[in-house]
Amino acid sequence: MEGAGVNIAFYVLSILTLVAAGGVMVSRNLLHAVLFLIVAFIGVAGFFVLLSAEFIAMAQIVIYVGAIAVLILFAIVLTPRSVRDNSETAMVGPAILLGVALATVFLFVIHDTGWMTGAGDPGLSASDLGRALLSTWVLPFEIASVLLTAALVGAIMLVRSEAEESEDVPDADA
Amino acid sequence: MLTLEHFLTVGALLFCLGLVIALSKRNAIGVLMGIELMLNSVNLTLIAFSRFSDGPAEIAGHAFVAFIITVAAAEAAVALALAVAVYRSRQTVEVDQLDLLKL
Repeated sequence: MEGAGVNIAFYVLSILTLVAAGGVMVSRNLLHAVLFLIVAFIGVAGFFVLLSAEFIAMAQIVIYVGAIAVLILFAIVLTPRSVRDNSETAMVGPAILLGVALATVFLFVIHDTGWMTGAGDPGLSASDLGRALLSTWVLPFEIASVLLTAALVGAIMLVRSEAEESEDVPDADA
Repeated sequence: MLTLEHFLTVGALLFCLGLVIALSKRNAIGVLMGIELMLNSVNLTLIAFSRFSDGPAEIAGHAFVAFIITVAAAEAAVALALAVAVYRSRQTVEVDQLDLLKL
């Protein structure tokens, strides 16, 4: 991947994504943290575009920014007493230590490994992915749809209130 | 010139940031945000490997990411439903106060 534009885009997206992820860490208000999280998601979608994965970038925007972020916002407004607080537990020191140690290991591995990169054909279209999902990956594809259905039913069952549940009980007098 | 290492570095740093957030946040929804960031960084790494490889690995990377996004959506829905359900019974979603199983 060559060209000044690609380089500039990469570094701008890197700074945007990592600063937004850092904002999730440091912001004290959980609502601000969600807004930072949305910026980080959009930055990752930009990386997908940069890596010629247009369909995945579109899915990232639609699912993460469109669905998961809204879901998190709803969960925050449904738990009002905890909304302001985004502080850390007492484990923040060990967590940061572990994160830094893991980052060091990762960076050494990434730097020292001789990656055998191929030519990297960027012409992978959404129709190629669709064909692969319905031929090579058809069993995981079906399992994923069953998983989504089960998760939706499970989520609805979990958040039903007691009053709604008692309404479903058949009335003995009727 | 951008190489695979550039993208892997960003993915690794994003993963570690997500890990620190998931391990250190007090609010269960904050923990979930860290997990989403980690999943996103793994997707970024897989797409980067796919872009810099040839043959069947290329389409496999995209397929893996499509499945990870699906599972992440299901996981987020269930986790947030759990957070709301726990809030209803305990009036808190702070993970250090949810110690019912502690001896």
